[in-house]
Amino acid sequence: MRHVDEYRDPEAIQVMLRRIASTITRPWTLMEVCGGQTHAILKFGLDELLPALIRLIHGPGCPVCVTPLEQIDRALAIATTPGVIFCSFGDMLRVPGSHSDLLVAKARGADVRIVYSPLDAVDIARRTPSQRVVFFAVGFETTAPANAMAVCAAARAGLRNFSVLVAHVLVPPAVDALLSAPGCEIQGLLAPGHVCVVTGWRDYEALAARHRLPIVVTGFEPLDLLRGVHAAVAQLERGDARVENQYERAAAADGNPAAQRVVNEVFVVCDRKWRGLGEIPASGYALAPAYTAFDAERVFGLGDLHVEEPTECRSGLVLQGRLRPTDCPHFGRRCTPDHPLGATMVSSEGACAAYFHYGRGAAAAA
Amino acid sequence: MSNGFEARAAGLACPLPIEEEAVVQMAHGGGGRKTAQLIERVFLPAFRSDALEQLGDGAVLTVGNERLAFTTDTFVVQPPFFPGGDIGSLAVHGTANDLAMCGAEPLGFSVGLVLEEGFAIADLRRIVASIAAASARVGAPVVTGDTKVVDRGKGDGIYVNTSAIGRVRAGVTVAPDRAASGDAILVSGPVGDHGIAVMAARNGIALETQLQSDSAPVQLLVRALLEAVPETKVLRDPTRGGLATALCEIAAASRVSMRIDEAAVPVRSEVRGACELLGFDPLYVACEGRFLAIVPAAAVERALAALQALPEGAGARRIGTVTDGDAGRVLLRTRIGSHRRLERLSGEQLPRIC
Repeated sequence: MRHVDEYRDPEAIQVMLRRIASTITRPWTLMEVCGGQTHAILKFGLDELLPALIRLIHGPGCPVCVTPLEQIDRALAIATTPGVIFCSFGDMLRVPGSHSDLLVAKARGADVRIVYSPLDAVDIARRTPSQRVVFFAVGFETTAPANAMAVCAAARAGLRNFSVLVAHVLVPPAVDALLSAPGCEIQGLLAPGHVCVVTGWRDYEALAARHRLPIVVTGFEPLDLLRGVHAAVAQLERGDARVENQYERAAAADGNPAAQRVVNEVFVVCDRKWRGLGEIPASGYALAPAYTAFDAERVFGLGDLHVEEPTECRSGLVLQGRLRPTDCPHFGRRCTPDHPLGATMVSSEGACAAYFHYGRGAAAAA
Repeated sequence: MSNGFEARAAGLACPLPIEEEAVVQMAHGGGGRKTAQLIERVFLPAFRSDALEQLGDGAVLTVGNERLAFTTDTFVVQPPFFPGGDIGSLAVHGTANDLAMCGAEPLGFSVGLVLEEGFAIADLRRIVASIAAASARVGAPVVTGDTKVVDRGKGDGIYVNTSAIGRVRAGVTVAPDRAASGDAILVSGPVGDHGIAVMAARNGIALETQLQSDSAPVQLLVRALLEAVPETKVLRDPTRGGLATALCEIAAASRVSMRIDEAAVPVRSEVRGACELLGFDPLYVACEGRFLAIVPAAAVERALAALQALPEGAGARRIGTVTDGDAGRVLLRTRIGSHRRLERLSGEQLPRIC
């Protein structure tokens, strides 16, 4: 398969592994920011192939995982309101709220639908004018353009029965918070390639300078990830701390201006609460004043709902890279994909889900 | 095993979906862990019998000197017509294949239809013609049937149940618990075609592909295999839950480990491409015309020659080996030389966000 096979070629991978081994002289700790990267690392067993001197810790780049409990509870409150069609990307459905999840709400009669594009939700609103259609707009900078387009399309069509429950978050402020935390062990970053396709990497240059560490824009295939690791290790060995792009085939310094335009039209930057990281200033998107008629929190009067995160689930530490999933006492015992304590166990980008699904830790055998 | 009830009893403030056990969810029908839980916790305690507890694709009953295999399957596929097949042929193939997995060929079928008020008679005719053609192809007639109609909105157009009875081939004993260390694991062709073809035909997903479902009867292939290798130990069709779940189930039933070579598992490039887009793993995507066979190592060449001699078996490959070790452990050697464990499907595969 073109565009995939060449980045999974066993020989090219062996060559890159040898280059890494011949470059590294000391132990280094790298964080891959994106959950998609975490899954690829475990799926392809890259951590097993890398030199023992490299420690990979897993970052917060799973939008489903960092969506706070109160936003899930808002989604459940909306989805269980009569006359509502609640549309979401698939992997949000299993995430536990305080008392339930969207799959259980669906089993109990709520009209919860999986859509593959937010524009599908706009279509549903157009075809069913008697129902209120709500789309759960979750994601990082990657999904923001499509979600913004859906709001624009609804506005253009004059749809009054469509709204979005926004839980958009931004990568650089979260990374900044992690790197600023006392005791941070991260020495180099693999930046999320798909986010940089949209945003470019200007924001990361400021981070690299402020925290004095290499940041490598990295893709998601095994060879991409190894190239990212090699570039980060080479910089660390040389004492460099700059932004470098190893995802040239997709990402450019200034990103995708057309995508940025639609995002800037529909959204404004706002403070956001993250699961596991707490409230981070200027770390998310809210609808711009011209589009607040599409804000589901307003439409359904749920802005005041506040819920404390549960203490039982340690996903906060996992999301900060401070706890390896298999070191959590609940992993594979009280917490499994069938009975998750938190989102990191059920999201397709969650670190705990990756460790469980790819059979890491004796507990997964139980 | 921890569950929602325990957590609630302990009064813990955790966000477990505590209603989980109270209502049926889609994942209970997904063929993975939740389906297994339903079988273990609800069905087995109520229905215990020796034939059932084998948990094969069908039951094998001894009647006089004859071993008869009996199986049933219900089909709710949406849409009812998809590239490469329809719910009618699928229902015949699925049940005939379950019998084939017991080493049996069908003698006759029953067909039960649940029709929704308003379903087009023309579509019903197409499906019935397809059932007739498929049953003729596997050489066993439809001998009894039943029809029910439900109010509009209370069904999904059409649901089909088929049951079949068949005679187990003399001298053959296949069962999920017979795999032993050293045996070879074969698959009869590329995996995942059916699941992706149906997914691509579904409303709401604009995935253009030429891919056809692999829905087909496997009995001619199985017959060829059992003639060449009567000592075949395990047969299993990897339907819901896909290849990985089927392997895990056999490894658990036989209390053995398995080693699978990812590079040897046949997957069409269209299936790989669609899986990459949707965030699915082809090893967990359903097949409807493929099977896994576990044979003694000495019989591998005979088995592959018999399978590959037929057009539908041209893609048959050896994909791994049964080994000693932890019961139920299935280890995949990836294309790039690392290893990872295959687990049973958890819930349904849900399309990812990005």
